[in-house]
Amino acid sequence: MDFQGFVITLISIITLFSITMFIALYSTFAERKVAAFMQDRRGPNRAGPGGIFQPLADGLKFFMKEEVIPVASNKFLFVLGPSIAIMSSLMTGVIIPWGGQLIVFGNTVSLQIVDLDIGILYVFAVLSVGVYGIMIGGWASNNKFSLMGAIRASSQIISYELSMGFSIVALLLVTGTMSLHEIVERQHGMNWNIFYQPLGFLIFLICAFAETNRTPFDLPECETELVGGYHTEYSSMKLGFYLFSEYINMFISSAVMVTLYFGGYNFPFMDQLLHATGSQNLVTIVGTILLFAKVFFFIFFFMWVRWTIPRFRYDQLMNLGWKGLIPLSIVWLMLTAAGVLFFKS
Amino acid sequence: MQSFSSKKKVIEQKKMTLLERLYLPAIFQGLGITLKHFFKKKTTINYPEQKRSVAAAFRGLHVLKRDEKGAERCTACGLCAVACPAEAITMEAGERRAGEEHLYREEKYAIKYEINMLRCIFCGFCEDACPKDAIYLETTFAPANYDRNDFIYGKDRLVEGFKRDEIVPPVVRTLEEANL
Ligand code: SF4
Ligand code: SF4
Repeated sequence: MDFQGFVITLISIITLFSITMFIALYSTFAERKVAAFMQDRRGPNRAGPGGIFQPLADGLKFFMKEEVIPVASNKFLFVLGPSIAIMSSLMTGVIIPWGGQLIVFGNTVSLQIVDLDIGILYVFAVLSVGVYGIMIGGWASNNKFSLMGAIRASSQIISYELSMGFSIVALLLVTGTMSLHEIVERQHGMNWNIFYQPLGFLIFLICAFAETNRTPFDLPECETELVGGYHTEYSSMKLGFYLFSEYINMFISSAVMVTLYFGGYNFPFMDQLLHATGSQNLVTIVGTILLFAKVFFFIFFFMWVRWTIPRFRYDQLMNLGWKGLIPLSIVWLMLTAAGVLFFKS
Repeated sequence: MQSFSSKKKVIEQKKMTLLERLYLPAIFQGLGITLKHFFKKKTTINYPEQKRSVAAAFRGLHVLKRDEKGAERCTACGLCAVACPAEAITMEAGERRAGEEHLYREEKYAIKYEINMLRCIFCGFCEDACPKDAIYLETTFAPANYDRNDFIYGKDRLVEGFKRDEIVPPVVRTLEEANL
């Protein structure tokens, strides 16, 4: 790679990293606000105007807390757990196409940091590594509640990854490519995949909730049964990492959902806009803004659901996964295959 | 089995219908409800800036009243302390000296009068018990504090319009002796 390309990639990675961290930081704030609003409260409003500095205060608090590593725990793995969790959730962002082409000083800069031709597989691979963070952390704490949480997390993710995979395969049948860039390009304008894959999207959405350990599937950290679940023994910034990785995961899942089903940075009448103004940059920027708007909607949706629905029971979760979603996704996969065969020939 | 009361209720667990087992309709209904609340007027008030109005009979912090000439009414009879179910009141009686008539209405008065606001349950029994109409509960709240000892309110915080130098008469008593 030439030097210029290296610098551009470096800059974009750092930018993406900061944006991701920023969004995760403010998701915690948004979550508290959304929760409060849905319960007719006001939420945090003391730190700064409207409570805008609350996340900074929370972060500072995490840093100031005492770091406790239990004596009976495996120290190395205990530290490794949260590191893996946050690393894997930060890694997925690089392959999301955050926008089209931007022309800066005559250079064409793509707003997707790397365009892997197996993009979706990469997302899946990295997401599955994330569960190791939970597993290792829960097991290394040497606490039965943590271990239970970790076991729940892994079995839940294994169960839901199957149907998620099937819904993705159905999507791949329609798009015919695994590269996220091409998948987005195919959804030009209003030609979004959601119109071809409504049920597939629904399955994907439900599985995304399970994969990110959000309510109604937040059994790994279910307070009423497991104290704190896999992070019972964690304190200070290590706990912060776990909580943060959950929010980053939420952000990335929303981005993946938008990319796969809601046209990514495409928006209706983009051709007309390009035609009217003749500026590719403008279209790209509007697209990126709209992409983020869609992502924020899904983040809001995650929170909305969390403050609406109670948690599933563990057997209900497994029933829903194995007896509900997996057969449904297989049927949907076959229907899609038949449809593709019918329309293409 | 025969029921001996009329309260027996047979609860049957119905099998869920297909629609119920899909969960989705119920979930969307729930989402609608929470969204409605999202835009509702919030019931919380921003406490220190905004205060909720209280009833006229509200029982808040105590105040030790003075009479129309400005002398303290309390005569340290201890009836309030006896009446207090929370045992929050302690006091120490002293004899009024010559020249202190404008300070204390009765010959006997409270040198020390303390209410522990952490013990107090704001029942208002002290108010009822007082024969001298000396103690009243007003409509202010006990503010938060960092120190438990600061919740023990002495005369300096209880007596209406208390002035520190007023209590140290020319005679002998120092403030420490008076043990405020
Ligand atoms: S209000 Fe009740 S509890 Fe409080 S000091 Fe008076 S009698 Fe005691
Ligand atoms: S406040 Fe009233 S009841 Fe209590 S000691 Fe004084 S005079 Fe007696």
